[in-house]
Amino acid sequence: MLEIRIHGRGGQGSVIASKILAYAFAKEGKFVQAFPEFGVERRGAPVAAFLRVADKPINSRSKIYKPGHLIVLEPTLIAAVDITQGLKPGGFIVINSKRSPEEFKEKAKDSTIATVDATEIALNNRLGSKAAPIVNTAILGAFAKLTGMVKIESVIEAIKEEVPIKPEENAQAAQQAFDKTII
Amino acid sequence: MSKQKVMMGNHALSYGAVVSKVNVISAYPITPQTQVVELLSELCSNGALDSEFIKVESEHSAMAACIGASAVGARTFTATSAQGLALMHEMLHWAVGARTPVVMGNINRSMGPPWTIWSEQTDSLSQRDTGWLQIYASSNQEVYDSVPIAFKIAEHKKVQLPVMVVLDAFFLSHTSENVMMMDLDKAETYLPKYKPKHKLDVNEPYTFGALTTPEWYYELRYKIQKAHENAISVIEEAQSEFKDMFGREYGLVEEYKTADADTILVAISTAASTAKDTVDELREKGVKAGLLRLRFVRPFPFKKVREVLSSAKKILVLDRNLSPGIGGIIFQEIKSAMYNESNKAPIYGFIAGLGGRDITTETIHNIFEEAEKQDPKNIIWMEVKA
Amino acid sequence: MKKDGDKIIFENAADLPDMAKSMGTTRFNKTGTWRNERPIVDTDKCTGCGICWKYCPDMSILEDENGKAAIDYEFCKGCAICVEVCPVKAISMVEEEK
Repeated sequence: MLEIRIHGRGGQGSVIASKILAYAFAKEGKFVQAFPEFGVERRGAPVAAFLRVADKPINSRSKIYKPGHLIVLEPTLIAAVDITQGLKPGGFIVINSKRSPEEFKEKAKDSTIATVDATEIALNNRLGSKAAPIVNTAILGAFAKLTGMVKIESVIEAIKEEVPIKPEENAQAAQQAFDKTII
Repeated sequence: MSKQKVMMGNHALSYGAVVSKVNVISAYPITPQTQVVELLSELCSNGALDSEFIKVESEHSAMAACIGASAVGARTFTATSAQGLALMHEMLHWAVGARTPVVMGNINRSMGPPWTIWSEQTDSLSQRDTGWLQIYASSNQEVYDSVPIAFKIAEHKKVQLPVMVVLDAFFLSHTSENVMMMDLDKAETYLPKYKPKHKLDVNEPYTFGALTTPEWYYELRYKIQKAHENAISVIEEAQSEFKDMFGREYGLVEEYKTADADTILVAISTAASTAKDTVDELREKGVKAGLLRLRFVRPFPFKKVREVLSSAKKILVLDRNLSPGIGGIIFQEIKSAMYNESNKAPIYGFIAGLGGRDITTETIHNIFEEAEKQDPKNIIWMEVKA
Repeated sequence: MKKDGDKIIFENAADLPDMAKSMGTTRFNKTGTWRNERPIVDTDKCTGCGICWKYCPDMSILEDENGKAAIDYEFCKGCAICVEVCPVKAISMVEEEK
C-alpha cells in the first residue's frame, strides 16, 4: 500500500491535489483514500493532505503517520515544518522549487528527490497570481514523472474531469511539469 | 453503466439522496455535515435534482419540515451532526410516533462542550431510544448504498419508520474513496416512487397525531416495537434485492473471520474497518481473532449477534462513545444480548477514540493484548492519559 | 374492527392505523351535551353577516334557508362567543334547563 503526504499552505489546494491524484489512481483500477488533516483550515498556515493507494480495498481508516512518499507544494515549508517527520526511507519526494534536487539531499538522504518549478509553470498557464500561484496540478505531473506509479495520462484525465476552473490550463501545467521535472 | 467516482463521505450521502429521487430536503448546515447540504442545495438550484429544498433556521425546524413533508407523501431527506441532532431530539420522537419514513444522514461528532468537531458515536447512540432505525457505515460506498436501502426499508408497509444513516466525522465525511455510482433508472427500479399508506390529504381529511388517551397510546407503542421486529426481515429482503441488482452485499452485521475465532471484537463504524487489518495481522501470528461489525444498531440484530458470538471464548467490545456512569453503549447491548445464552464467554468493555482521537491498528492490537492480560471489566480505557 | 353507525370501534392494536391518525373522532364526539346555556338567534335582527360563523370555535354555526345564522346544537358547547361578537346583538343565551 502506498501512503503519500502532501505539504502545502492553507488555500493552496493540497486537499484538491490529494483528491485528483486519488482519482487518477482510481482510473487505473486502484483503491484509494484521500483526506485532509482533520480539523479547521487556516489560509496560509502549513497544512497537509494524505493519500492511500492499494490494489485491494483499504480497511485502515486511521490517519497516516509514516508516509512512504512526499509531495511539497511550497519550498519555504521546508524551513517551517519538519516535512520528513515519520517518513519511511527509500521513498520519493517531489518538491516545487527552482533549486536542484541535490540541494535537498541533506533533508532526506534515503529518498529519491525531484524538483520542478511548478510556480513558474502555473503562472505561465495563468493559474493563480504571483502572490498565490495555484501549483497543485502542476506538481502532480512531476509526481507522475518521478515515481512512475501513475500514468501522466491518468493524471491529466483526472484533472480535466475534476477541476472546475480552467481544466485545460491545469492539465497543460501537469504535462509541462512532467516534461520539466529534474530528478 | 455504473460509473466510478472518488468522493468524500459527505458527497456520497448527498448522491445517495439523489439516486433515491427525494422530493423534499430540509436541513441546516453544521460542521462536519456542511458539504452534504451544500451539494444538495446546489443540485436543487441548478436543476440537476428535482427536489424542494426548504431552508430553515434550526435543526428542530428542519426535522419538523421533514415530518410535515413526509406526512403528505413526499420522500424526505435531511442530514445533521451532534448538537444539531440533539436539537432535533423532540422531533425525532415525533417522526417515529407519526410513522413518517424520513431518512437522515448523521455525521458522528462528539458533543460539546468543550467545543469540538471530531468523531464519536455518543450523539447518535443517545438517540437510540427514539425509535429510529440506525445504520452505521464503515466506507463511503456503504454510505452511498445505504441511502436508497434506508428508504426502501423505511417506506415498507411493515415498517413505516424513519432511518438514520450514520457515518464518522472526517474518517468518512471528509475522506475521499472509490464509490461505484448507480444508474438512475436501475435505482428507480430498486426504489420506486413512494406510495404512502396514510397521508395528509385535503380530499380525505384526518387529524394526525391528535390526543390519544391511555386507552390506545400503549398499543401504538406496541406497534412501533412490532415494526422494529418486522424490520429485521424487511432489511434482509431489501439488502438481498440490492445485492442482486448492484452486486454489493450488506448484512444486519458484518462478520470477518468469525467462524473459527476464539476472540471476537465487536465494533461499529470505521474503527471496525481498521480492526480488519489487526485481525489479519493477528491471524498471521496464529491468533484466532475475528471481528463482528454491527451495521444495524436499531433494530438490534439479536439473532445474528447471538449466532456469531455463540462459540467465542472471549468477547471484546470497542466503544467510541460513553454513557457516563455506566460505560460503553454497545458493550451494554452486547452484554444484554448474551445474558440468557448458553455461551458464558467473558465480555470485555473497551473505550477508545473519544473526541476523534485516532483508533489505529495498534490501538486494536493493544485491545486484544489487554484482554489476554486481565480479567473482564466493564470499562478498560485505551490510551487514556490517566 | 366494529362499526357503530359511522363510528369505528377499535378492538385491538391491529385495528389501529400505523399512524396516530384520527378516524373522524371530532365528528363522533358530540359536544352539544357540554352546554349549560344555549344560544338563541333572533332571526329578525340577524343580518346574515357571518361574523359569528367566523368566530365559532366549534364550527357550530349553520346557515338557515334565508341566509341567517342557525346553531348546530349537536356540537355547540355554549361558549357564547357568538353572542359577544354579533354586531346587532341578535344572539342571546338561555339556560338549558328552562
